Amino acid sequence: MTTLPTPDTEKQNDAVNATQDTSQEANVDVSSVLEESHVLDVLDKLDEELVGLTSVKMRIREIASLLVVDRLRRTLELTTRPPSLHMSFTGPPGTGKTSVAMRMATILHRLNYVRRGHLVAVTRDDLVGQYIGHTAPKTKEILKRAMGGVLFIDEAYYLYRQENERDYGQEVIEVLLQVMENQREDIVVILAGYKDRMETFFQSNPGVSSRIAHHLDFPNYTIEELLAIAHIMLAEQMYRFSPEAEKAFEAYLNKRMEMPRFSNGRSVRNALDRARLRQANRLIAKGGKLSRMDLMTIEAEDILASRVFTEGIPENEEKAPGPEMHEQPK
Amino acid sequence: MTFHLTQGTFSHLPPLTDDEIALQVQYCLDNNWPLNIEYTDDPHPRNTYWDMWGLPMFDIKDAKAIVFEINECRKAFGNYYIRVSAYDRTKGRQTIALSFIVNRPEHDPGFSLTRQESHDRVIRYTLRDYETDKPKGERYKS
Ligand SMILES: Nc1ncnc2c1ncn2[C@@H]1O[C@H](COP(=O)(O)OP(=O)(O)O)[C@@H](O)[C@H]1O
Ligand SMILES: [Mg+2]
Repeated sequence: MTTLPTPDTEKQNDAVNATQDTSQEANVDVSSVLEESHVLDVLDKLDEELVGLTSVKMRIREIASLLVVDRLRRTLELTTRPPSLHMSFTGPPGTGKTSVAMRMATILHRLNYVRRGHLVAVTRDDLVGQYIGHTAPKTKEILKRAMGGVLFIDEAYYLYRQENERDYGQEVIEVLLQVMENQREDIVVILAGYKDRMETFFQSNPGVSSRIAHHLDFPNYTIEELLAIAHIMLAEQMYRFSPEAEKAFEAYLNKRMEMPRFSNGRSVRNALDRARLRQANRLIAKGGKLSRMDLMTIEAEDILASRVFTEGIPENEEKAPGPEMHEQPK
Repeated sequence: MTFHLTQGTFSHLPPLTDDEIALQVQYCLDNNWPLNIEYTDDPHPRNTYWDMWGLPMFDIKDAKAIVFEINECRKAFGNYYIRVSAYDRTKGRQTIALSFIVNRPEHDPGFSLTRQESHDRVIRYTLRDYETDKPKGERYKS
């Protein structure tokens, strides 16, 4: 028998055995569910492709186990309603909340908890309307798009403005509450944002808080983790650091981490994008014949030319607004 | 036998059940065809201009969202014909890939056929929906 490596395997077995007729006969098979859903592949890929996040990964395995057990229980008619799976992902920007949410959607799809498994990522502006009567239809439109998958609301606390009782965000919350309660099998809602602000938001909106089953916290990455993330990104794009560039990038991160608007993985990605630009410029300026290695290698100078070193200020790290639709890979 | 309007796909079959409608809708969505709901109380075959129930629905992945709108349309226009059309825009043109009826009035007396004698024994045919004698909104009230 294959088991998910969670600390809760004992509990799972209890659940499987707790049939009403208390028979001890084994009539469900965990390994068949695991095999047929290929959920272990996703969990392994999650471990492989995402650096660190130990506690988050642990929670995801627990949730996956819960769903496997729930499916087994359903085959024996031990469960009436699927468990509530709305979640909150808290943590600073760039700590992998969106990335994990996308994988979560895949896991939920593999385990038949949602029908389609796509992720729709939105912010306040995608939900809140401009005038009376505009908000509810706008929110419902987004909910329809997310139906069968996961709705990811980034910086969810902007939906609630304490100073303005008649803010249209309140209407969004009311529509959301209904859907979160009554349409669990149609849609999973993940609320994301900074931890402290989310806590304040939950305190002011106990209705939302009580419908969130899982709170996952995403801490800032250590410098080692950020370097590991950089290596994963470089490998994905078929680039490499020269040994000097490696050191320069570590120095870059050490400086950048202390500056404003540092956003973990996203800052790493942006820094690498800019290093690629400078590498391209350097290669063009050099001219002549280039080797495969030349084309792949980022040199120290490609990093040291950053404004972080030259002027001691971070580069702009703006992100384009608007809802994003992440397709479920076929 | 009572009259049974045949337009679009599947119309020679018995009316689709709700489950079958959901499956057809999901088939369209899986092909990336946006769907559109339309209704009319003037189902003459030459009337291609049915009224639109809201805007065409883009970016939907799950049939349940469309079925919800079909049911909303049924609530508002239960005694109308309602059809769902799927557009295939993949080739850069707006083409209906699939269109089928999802709601019918409870009772439809059908069409009358008028034969007009013309010159040289030529006959001109006219199809007229009995119900369209009544004003819009008053039709199909059994
Ligand atoms: N643990 C990680 N391992 C690898 N890449 C990561 C990790 N965390 C974040 N990233 C990368 O950092 C970037 C920002 O991550 P994202 O998921 O958008 O963060 P958030 O939603 O928390 O702001 C993405 O490009 C992502 O691939
Ligand atoms: Mg994000």
